[in-house]
Amino acid sequence: MSIIVADMIVTEDLSKQFDNFLAVDGVTLRVEAGEVLALLGPNGAGKTTTVRILTSVLLPTRGWARVAGYDVVKQAPRVRASVGVLTEQHGLYGRMHADEYLDFFGQLYHLDTATRQKQIDRLLDEFGLADDRKRRIGEYSKGMRQKLALARALFHNPPVLLLDEPTSAMDPESARLVRDSIRDLRSAHRAIVICTHNLAEAEELADQIAIIRHGRIIAKGSPEGLKHSLLGPPIYEIRFGSLLNDHKYKLPPEVTVTDQGTDWLRYQVEHPEAVNPLILRGLLDQDLPVVSLQEVPRSLEQVYLQAISTPTSKEALHAG
Amino acid sequence: MLDNLRPALVVTYREVRDQLRDWRIVLPVVVLTLFFPFLMNFTASQLVGFVQRYGANLLADRMIPFLLMVVGFFPITVSLVIALESFAGESERHSIEPLLSSPLTDWQLYLGKLIASIVPPLTASYLGITVYLVGIYRNLGWAVPPVLLTQVIILTAVHALVMVSGAVVISTQTTSVRAANLLASFIVIPVALLIQGESVLMFWGRYELLWWAIGGQIVIAGLLIRTGIAHFNREELLGREIDTLNFRWAWHVFISAFVGQAHSIGEWYVKEVGQTLRRLTIPIVLMILLLSIGMWIGANQATRFGLPAEVLNMDKLKEVDPTLIKGMEALGFYSISGMSTIWLHNLRAVALATLLGVFSFGVLGVIILMAPLTLMGFIAEAASSVGISPLIFLIAFIMPHGLLELPAIILSGAAILRVGATLVTPAQGHTIGEDWLIALADWTKIMLALVIPLFMGAAALEVFITPRTAMMILGF
Repeated sequence: MSIIVADMIVTEDLSKQFDNFLAVDGVTLRVEAGEVLALLGPNGAGKTTTVRILTSVLLPTRGWARVAGYDVVKQAPRVRASVGVLTEQHGLYGRMHADEYLDFFGQLYHLDTATRQKQIDRLLDEFGLADDRKRRIGEYSKGMRQKLALARALFHNPPVLLLDEPTSAMDPESARLVRDSIRDLRSAHRAIVICTHNLAEAEELADQIAIIRHGRIIAKGSPEGLKHSLLGPPIYEIRFGSLLNDHKYKLPPEVTVTDQGTDWLRYQVEHPEAVNPLILRGLLDQDLPVVSLQEVPRSLEQVYLQAISTPTSKEALHAG
Repeated sequence: MLDNLRPALVVTYREVRDQLRDWRIVLPVVVLTLFFPFLMNFTASQLVGFVQRYGANLLADRMIPFLLMVVGFFPITVSLVIALESFAGESERHSIEPLLSSPLTDWQLYLGKLIASIVPPLTASYLGITVYLVGIYRNLGWAVPPVLLTQVIILTAVHALVMVSGAVVISTQTTSVRAANLLASFIVIPVALLIQGESVLMFWGRYELLWWAIGGQIVIAGLLIRTGIAHFNREELLGREIDTLNFRWAWHVFISAFVGQAHSIGEWYVKEVGQTLRRLTIPIVLMILLLSIGMWIGANQATRFGLPAEVLNMDKLKEVDPTLIKGMEALGFYSISGMSTIWLHNLRAVALATLLGVFSFGVLGVIILMAPLTLMGFIAEAASSVGISPLIFLIAFIMPHGLLELPAIILSGAAILRVGATLVTPAQGHTIGEDWLIALADWTKIMLALVIPLFMGAAALEVFITPRTAMMILGF
């Protein structure tokens, strides 16, 4: 596949209505080549429906989407040929062997025999399935099946990868292997979308995070950007070598103390690169024994929970 | 073309290989291929011996070809099970989604699965036929006539094609094997009736009529394949389930299509019924054509099977009954009750035609409506053979009420064709259920707005005007 498009996935007001249920509501996304987007959201939020629209399996009822430069409605076969999909339910054929299975899909993607054989050997080896290639897939463990399904998604070397829960049901070692593979798959010619409930995984792999709820994107941006926009400026913690007791210390006015203990304090500051040296110098000038100054790590989970618990303007309007 | 066909054959190859690895499919196929023909051989030998003891050689002659058909039919019943499972099973196991996400086109996936459902059972069937024929030749010295063998081979293939194409239609419209199996009766019952009909032909010894059965089934299979491809829908395969009936939704779709944009009965008549008539233009033209063919068939048959001259001898009729008017009153003419009898009779005929039309893509419904026209053509031609002008006959006996009745027949036939053909040619963006309900709404509009009033008017003319016109023209 030799398509090079700057914006591998572009959607505008993408919506999908099933009878009386609006599964996806005005989703606008942009994923460039070389980027990994993590789509987060509770069950039933619309992640899988969005992925299915992006694979031209479902038709949008409003809006449009282009994948690898192709329109998902008008150029559906080209879209499907450009996309590798790991579905939530991997749906393998239990009576086939791994190599037969991959070969079957390779034929559907019009790969020649030599390429198919090369890809089978490479992928089975990469995912540690080479020794089990002649075993019936029905005898595989959950993790092995997941790896085989991922191998299927990668088989035709697609420029767009849509991975729905890529490491679910995997043991930590296998999950690490798959995460490493995804990291390796990131290239200048490929965009990857991951739907996951594993927030640590999303944070580790994704350049962009989109949080979806009730079919709408409620937050979008880089992990750091989201933390800033949803949780406020970064928080820093200073630890002192002695008890603070009633010691009156002075901090610059742009600093907001968020919490403090007997020998520590936490504060939030908009421009730490400018303000932190001033704080440190001030405290030392006040003879306070500073032991450490470090940023308090904030997890994506906090971001996610904050985003999910905040009603959108539309929801607030309905509630009001 | 071959390049386009290749992905379909890739699917077929995978499916066939998968079937051959499943002992639950292989075992019955092997039993039906090898054991069953031997059993039929034994049965045939015993039966032939038994009936020959009583001199019923004819029965023995008919039994052997009949069992040949049975031997061919049994293995292909497995194809029904495979086909029902083809899409519904994959949906249930979630293995359909990777296929739907691949570059396979709808028809490639559909065709691949269709062929895969037919090939192994049909191969088994032909092997079974071979085993049976070899055995019967060795035991009884009976060699199958080449024409009969050709018929059975083609008949077995079309049986498989009809069952599989029907089952694949069901399978694409369900997302569970359970639902697909429950709907299988829609195939099993018609096929069982078909086999009974063919059995009658074989025992009757009218083997030439089997060609008609073959032709009819090829048409049905073609329509079913067309229906399957037309309704093959990736969205429905992933999400829809039709094992529950949503009456509220169905009523909403039906009533929306029935009422349309109209705000009053007048507006409904002018706007909605008018639009429906425009939608029915092609079926109306088709009905006019088919009714004309029906009349021609009737006339053609009259030249082959003419009525005896005395039956249509008008002079004799005039002599026989001077109190003809009174006799006609007794038959119900010149009375309101006679009028309602004719009206209800016509409505019953349309109801039956609709019912049969729904299950036969409109074909059987149209045939029922063609029947009176065929009869008319027959009598008109028969009348001409005894010197009565067909034109005079038509003007005298048909035209007064026919002016209303013929349009009613044409319109009802067109509406039935629309309901039946909807399954074959769905509108874009509608589900199979929505399409059918909209067609049903069109049928209801045509019936209430036009056909029922036209039939009522026709019945009035038929009992009050036609007899008088006929007697006047024919000089009674």
